[in-house]
Amino acid sequence: MKYLDEYRDVKIAHALAAEIRRRSTRPWVLMEICGGQTHTLMRYGIDDLLGESVQLVHGPGCPVCVTPLEMIDRAIALARLPDVTLVSYGDMLRVPGSETDLFHVKAEGGDVRVVYSPADAVELARNQPERQVVFFAIGFETTAPAHAMAVLQADRLGLRNFSLLVSHVLVPPAIRTLLSSPKNRVQGFIAPGHVCTVVGMREYDDLVREFHVPIVVGGFEPIDLLEAIHMLVAQLEEGRAEVENQYSRSVQYEGNRPAQEAVARVFEVSDRKWRGIGPIPESGLRLREKYAAFDAERLFDLADVCAEEPRECISAEVLLGLKKPTDCSAFGTRCTPEKPLGAPMVSSEGACAAYYQYRRHLVTL
Amino acid sequence: MPPTTNTGATSLHSESVRNDETKDLAAFSCPVPLPAGERILLGHGSGGKLSAELLKNIFLPALGNPVLNRLEDQAIVSLNGVRLAITTDSFVVKPLIFRGGDIGSLAVHGTINDLAMGGAEPLWLSAAFILEEGLPIETLRHVVGSMHEAAANAGVEIITGDTKVVEKGSADGIFINTTGIGLVREGIALSAAQARPGDAILVSGMLGDHGIAILAEREGLQFETAVQSDSAPLHTLVASLLEATREVRCLRDPTRGGLSSTLNEIAASSGVGMELEETSIPVREEVRGACEMLGLDPLYVANEGKLVAIVAPASAEAALRALQNHPLGKDARIIGRVTSEHRCMVVMRTPFGTTRIVDMLTGDQLPRIC
Repeated sequence: MKYLDEYRDVKIAHALAAEIRRRSTRPWVLMEICGGQTHTLMRYGIDDLLGESVQLVHGPGCPVCVTPLEMIDRAIALARLPDVTLVSYGDMLRVPGSETDLFHVKAEGGDVRVVYSPADAVELARNQPERQVVFFAIGFETTAPAHAMAVLQADRLGLRNFSLLVSHVLVPPAIRTLLSSPKNRVQGFIAPGHVCTVVGMREYDDLVREFHVPIVVGGFEPIDLLEAIHMLVAQLEEGRAEVENQYSRSVQYEGNRPAQEAVARVFEVSDRKWRGIGPIPESGLRLREKYAAFDAERLFDLADVCAEEPRECISAEVLLGLKKPTDCSAFGTRCTPEKPLGAPMVSSEGACAAYYQYRRHLVTL
Repeated sequence: MPPTTNTGATSLHSESVRNDETKDLAAFSCPVPLPAGERILLGHGSGGKLSAELLKNIFLPALGNPVLNRLEDQAIVSLNGVRLAITTDSFVVKPLIFRGGDIGSLAVHGTINDLAMGGAEPLWLSAAFILEEGLPIETLRHVVGSMHEAAANAGVEIITGDTKVVEKGSADGIFINTTGIGLVREGIALSAAQARPGDAILVSGMLGDHGIAILAEREGLQFETAVQSDSAPLHTLVASLLEATREVRCLRDPTRGGLSSTLNEIAASSGVGMELEETSIPVREEVRGACEMLGLDPLYVANEGKLVAIVAPASAEAALRALQNHPLGKDARIIGRVTSEHRCMVVMRTPFGTTRIVDMLTGDQLPRIC
């Protein structure tokens, strides 16, 4: 397949892996931020190719995994209301809330729909004016422009039955939290290519200046990731700390201006709670006052729906790269994709699920 | 939510991170698992792990007997020295008509194939219809005409039937159940429990066509594709294969849940492992592209005109030639082998020389594909 097979080339992969092994004088600890990158690393067994030359730890960049429990409970509460159609990305349906998940609410008769695009949710609201359509807007900077466009479109159409349940988070504050932790051991980051396609690289410059840590913006195919790892190892071996762009076929320094403008028109930065990590100040987005009419949390009485995350799994340490999924005593036994203990086991982009799905034959359960 | 450190637009400085939040990271954690499900979820019909749980927890405890407990695609029973294969299948595909077929032809092919996977020559089918009030008669005429054509082309007869109509909203247009009866010759004994280390794993052609053809016409997803459903009756392909070699251990058609579910089932039934070569698995370029776009894995996408054969190593080449010489098997390949390692798991060797698991489908990838 053109534009994909080039980035899965076996010879290039082996050459890059050999070069990384040759170059690396100690096992550098590198983190890929994005769950999509984790998925590729596991699917292709990239960690096996690299041997001891680097240690890859997996970051908090799985939107499904970091959506806090109480937001899932709120989505569930909305889906149970008789006049509400709750619309969501497919992965969110299996994420356990405090007591149940959206799949079970659907089976109980709740009107829960899955779409690939939020524009379809706007269309749904148009086609059924008698029902309130709530879109569960989760994700990082990548999904924010599409969610902003959905609100702008609904506004233009004068829809009064469309709203977002917003649970948006931002990558740089999470990296900052991680780097500020006394337990941090990550020495270099592969920044998420899709996020940077939207927001550009400026914020990552700030992080490098502040923490003197190398960051390479990376893509999602095996060669992309090997190149990014190679660039990080080179920086570390040479004592450099810079932002470099491996994913230049998609990412420009300034990012996608129209997308940024749409997001800025509709959303503003706010505090957010991250599942498994806790509250991080100014780490997310909320709807601006001007678009309050599209904010499900203001339209419906949800303030009472709160949830404390019980102490059960080690997802915090996994999401922050302190532990590998396989370090967890529940991994693959008491915690599986069918019966997840924690969110990283739910989404295919979650670090635990990626390990479970692709790598569990290499560990003893 | 803690008090905000509001430092304006350029506010994302490290000071705004409260250190006490990062001290005890292990304190933040995740929820307990859900209690056992009290209701049927769509995933229970996916042919994956949830379906297997229904069998194990509900159907077999109540209905189990030595024939049913084999969990083959068809039951084979002897009556006065005649070996009969019997199978039944219900069809709820949406949309009713799709590129390369419709619910009628699918209902004929699907049941013929379940008979054929037992090595049976299909003879007779029943057809039961559940129709939704308000269905255009013209749609029913089209579907029934297509059933007739599919049955005639396959040389089987539909010899009994039933019709029920339910209120609008209680069904979705047409649901069809077909039951099939076939004859199994002496000496043919295929079973998912017979795979042995060293056996070759063959597939009869390109994977994922049916699922992608259906998906392309789904509401909210419509995309242009030339991919057609591969819906086809496989009994003549099976006959050619069994004529070429009697060392076929097992045949299965990888429908719901795709190749991954079929191979995981065989591995579990036989208590063996499997190792696949990723580069050998035939997938059409358009199907690969659609899967990339939608985030699907072709190994989990349904087929309605393909088979998987487990064949003793010495006969693997003969089996491959027999498949390739038949029009429905021209793209057949050997895709891997049965191993004694990692029992009950399917492992794939990637082009990079590393390995990964090919797990059974959890939940539902694409509802109502057959």
